[in-house]
Amino acid sequence: MDIRVQSDTFDLGHEAQVFAQRQQGMGAVVTFSGIVRDNDQTLQAMEIEQYPGMTLSQLQSFSAQARDRFSLGDVLVIHRHGRLKPGDIIMMVATSAPHRVDAFQAAEFLMDYLKSRAPFWKREIAKDGSATWVDAKSSDEDLLDRW
Amino acid sequence: MDVLYFAWVRERIGLPKETIDTSAVTVADLVEELRAREERYAMAFSDISALRVALDQELSEFDAPLDGVREVAFFPPMTGG
Repeated sequence: MDIRVQSDTFDLGHEAQVFAQRQQGMGAVVTFSGIVRDNDQTLQAMEIEQYPGMTLSQLQSFSAQARDRFSLGDVLVIHRHGRLKPGDIIMMVATSAPHRVDAFQAAEFLMDYLKSRAPFWKREIAKDGSATWVDAKSSDEDLLDRW
Repeated sequence: MDVLYFAWVRERIGLPKETIDTSAVTVADLVEELRAREERYAMAFSDISALRVALDQELSEFDAPLDGVREVAFFPPMTGG
């Protein structure tokens, strides 16, 4: 398992490539990445606050749970914090498994937990300087029920 | 014990962390104690259904006991990913 919480950006293509190449006997690699979205062209920046220490231990715990639940090879999670701009990469998850179903499901499991149980908080700063904390969605919370 | 605040809870209270001497038995007792302190605490803790709590960096519940706990954190529902 490779779990990283960092403010620096990272190269999605490079990380995916390195992850895929170090797998042995795995037929499937799934990657998901989250990007800062600016639907109506009003966003200046997104700030991501974290609970240092707890973020890493939570991500490690979800990844360990994913490995218990699914037939997995390996897990990679990278999650950024700090000030990001529209179009910047926020995070990525990669999973490997002998077959695709486990790799897809484990990636979804990790994302569902990451959304609602990892101690990160997003704040949007508009071009006019006003700032708004992003509310958690009940639909994201509901998704946890499927596991 | 150390009490930490994150996101809008931190903004409302006006500080990220403080050390508190308390005899509160549960998290809910601690919340009552904090609420009684000042208006900014009362504001931050006006609706605990909008808040989450972690004890020693593990998610917990408001009726959980504080016995042996060194670090309590209050924050809104998380928005990772």
